[in-house]
Amino acid sequence: MEYFRRTNSFFAAAFVLLLAVGLMAPNWFSYLTTISLAKALVVIGLVILLRAGLVSFGQGLYYCLGGYSVGIAGHYLQWTDGFLVLLIAMVVSGIVAAILGLLLCRYREIFFAMLTMAFSMILYGILVKSVGLGSTDGFNIHSVSFFGWEPGTDKLGLIVYFLACLAALIVAVLMHRYFHSPVGFAGEAIRENEIRVEYLGVSPNRIIFSKYILAAVLAGAGGGLTALASGHVDPEMAYWTTSGEFVFVALLSGTAHVAAVFIAAFLFEIIRTYAFDLAPYNWQMILGATLLLIIFFLPKGLWSIFTIRRAGGGVK
Amino acid sequence: MVKSNSFGRRVQFLAIFFSFVFLAVGSGPNSAQAADDSKFTVGVVTFLSGGAAGPFGVPSKNAADLVIETLNEGKMPAPYDSKGIAGMTIEAEVVDEAGGGTKQVGEYRNLVQRKNVDAVIGYISSGDCLAIAPVAEEMQALTIFFDCGTPRIFEENSYKYVFRTGLTATIDSVAAARYILDQKPDLKTVAGINQNYAWGHDSWNDFEASIKVLKPDVEVVTEQFPKIYAGQYGAEISALMLKDPEVIHSSFWGGDMEGLVLQGSARGLFEGRTGILTTGETAMFRLASEMPEGTVLGARGPFGVYAPSNDLNDWLRTEYTKRYDTPPTYPAYKMTQAILGLKSAVEKAAKGKEGKPSTEEIIAAFENLEFEAPSGTVRMSLGKGHQAIQEMVYGQFTNEGGKPGVKNVKRYPAECVNPPDGITSVEWIQKGLKQTECK
Repeated sequence: MEYFRRTNSFFAAAFVLLLAVGLMAPNWFSYLTTISLAKALVVIGLVILLRAGLVSFGQGLYYCLGGYSVGIAGHYLQWTDGFLVLLIAMVVSGIVAAILGLLLCRYREIFFAMLTMAFSMILYGILVKSVGLGSTDGFNIHSVSFFGWEPGTDKLGLIVYFLACLAALIVAVLMHRYFHSPVGFAGEAIRENEIRVEYLGVSPNRIIFSKYILAAVLAGAGGGLTALASGHVDPEMAYWTTSGEFVFVALLSGTAHVAAVFIAAFLFEIIRTYAFDLAPYNWQMILGATLLLIIFFLPKGLWSIFTIRRAGGGVK
Repeated sequence: MVKSNSFGRRVQFLAIFFSFVFLAVGSGPNSAQAADDSKFTVGVVTFLSGGAAGPFGVPSKNAADLVIETLNEGKMPAPYDSKGIAGMTIEAEVVDEAGGGTKQVGEYRNLVQRKNVDAVIGYISSGDCLAIAPVAEEMQALTIFFDCGTPRIFEENSYKYVFRTGLTATIDSVAAARYILDQKPDLKTVAGINQNYAWGHDSWNDFEASIKVLKPDVEVVTEQFPKIYAGQYGAEISALMLKDPEVIHSSFWGGDMEGLVLQGSARGLFEGRTGILTTGETAMFRLASEMPEGTVLGARGPFGVYAPSNDLNDWLRTEYTKRYDTPPTYPAYKMTQAILGLKSAVEKAAKGKEGKPSTEEIIAAFENLEFEAPSGTVRMSLGKGHQAIQEMVYGQFTNEGGKPGVKNVKRYPAECVNPPDGITSVEWIQKGLKQTECK
């Protein structure tokens, strides 16, 4: 309990700090932070699966579904309330995951990874063929309101930033609890030895099913937030390279702590934007080198900086 | 699971982390430089990596380097022989267009706020253009699209801060339809092979609709949509040969187009059938010996071999070829056109004034502007004065005497291939391409 309280107060402090930064920082910085918070939500979902030993190369499916749900709700149905469309994004992602999960929860390892990727590429293919939705060009999201109040385009960025901070706070607190709950640890048990888990009277498939849906809902929220922030959606969101980016951030963060994901997502965006700036021709090299360094020196991700320094006493 | 003693370390780590972040935010060329009147900074965004880099990104980036350097030296032919832009030195901030819409919106914000550029010239992908336009409006930053083709930008919205000096994709298809019917008045069958993405769909739909309007009895025998960057078109070529159309329309570009030409020629696809390659001009020198005689080649405007004879064009062809060992293709022309359009607008706004003109003044000067480019006169007359129109040219490839060139060149005046302002391209085509005069 003491542990949760301390972590929660730490999350709350980070939240307040982020709000303050949002009010002071320039627009490009708050946009970058919004995007990294949104992507962190997706990656937390991925980390939930990683803790159960599963790598999804298809979180782009739900990221894209979330984005398109927000876009279609606003553009074609005229539902513009920010909270409502985010909720729709999460529900749509959850429903699709509940259907696909029935099949996916039976697969492990490379088969799971390939199947998830296949499903996201199917969505990509459908969207490319949908001329009404702008095919590969996608479409813009014009107006967003909050409980009937419509912020102008100059304020919208900041409002979406606050919304992303709030979403991040809620997800961080809940997921931190989840990681330390019995069902949270069940994932690690499944990764270690699935047969033993079954002997304990728990169904691994059912646990993976629930984790898959949870991950999808988080990815849907992340995609929805990204769509609100950038004002545009296109099928690229479901392309496998987008999913690969999430896996990259998950490797950067490791699975040890929720906070690590936010830090990793932010670092990823910062590294990438400065790589674009410093080496317009070779920015991919900088990203690749970062990933290599992480794999060599921090194979368990960023959070192991703390655990290594603490580990003097042999704590693993 | 260590649950103690970590709080202090975390705070320590976070303190270090955030001080790093603030350092990153605070450093770099920042607002202090905003008021520098001796420089005019331009963000140049074009593909430097990925499949579009070779055929489009690199030629346009090369042209930007060449033109900006020459302008700064004041060595361009008239009317651009004054130094820089209104006496200010031009500085370019080059950014890779890779990464998709969300990423590019972020990079755009960086350019405008972190780099404090005075204008942004860029964007090849129509998706990126659609994503950037509202952000340009929000940030009130002058933005010039140089290449992206979708007519949706100014047809679905009207923008104050966004200009496009390049032509829309509709023109390619409408003019291609007019050209092929001028060459083959008794055309019976056509077929299409286009990439399965927005550009391919739009190009084919516009072409098909234009043909149907101009000659309703033409039959479409097959339409193929292989995926972009597929590289192998064996099955599609078989399907096309089986249906045996008189004319094959393709908006393939870059490696895909070259692949289609090589594989199609090897199998005799273009024997007795005429290919229309709307971007074919980019390959006519490299594939001179493989390109079938009589293939209809487009250059997305009066660019490349279709550029009129003038001093600017002579300068661009000579200097570009000298520096990069290859003649400039249409992306190079389009980039040159965007930079010259910007120069014209800024200098018009700066005339008779002290110091750097404001963005609002530049916009007022840019709207409905007429300026000269290597491709002839460009008029900003669509989209409330924000979208360029120009004549459109098609011709047929010929390699007689081993010298690649074009024959039967036909020039269509701008009004003949562009919709009038205020009506969308699709409506214009469906209503019979009638609202405009055509010789």
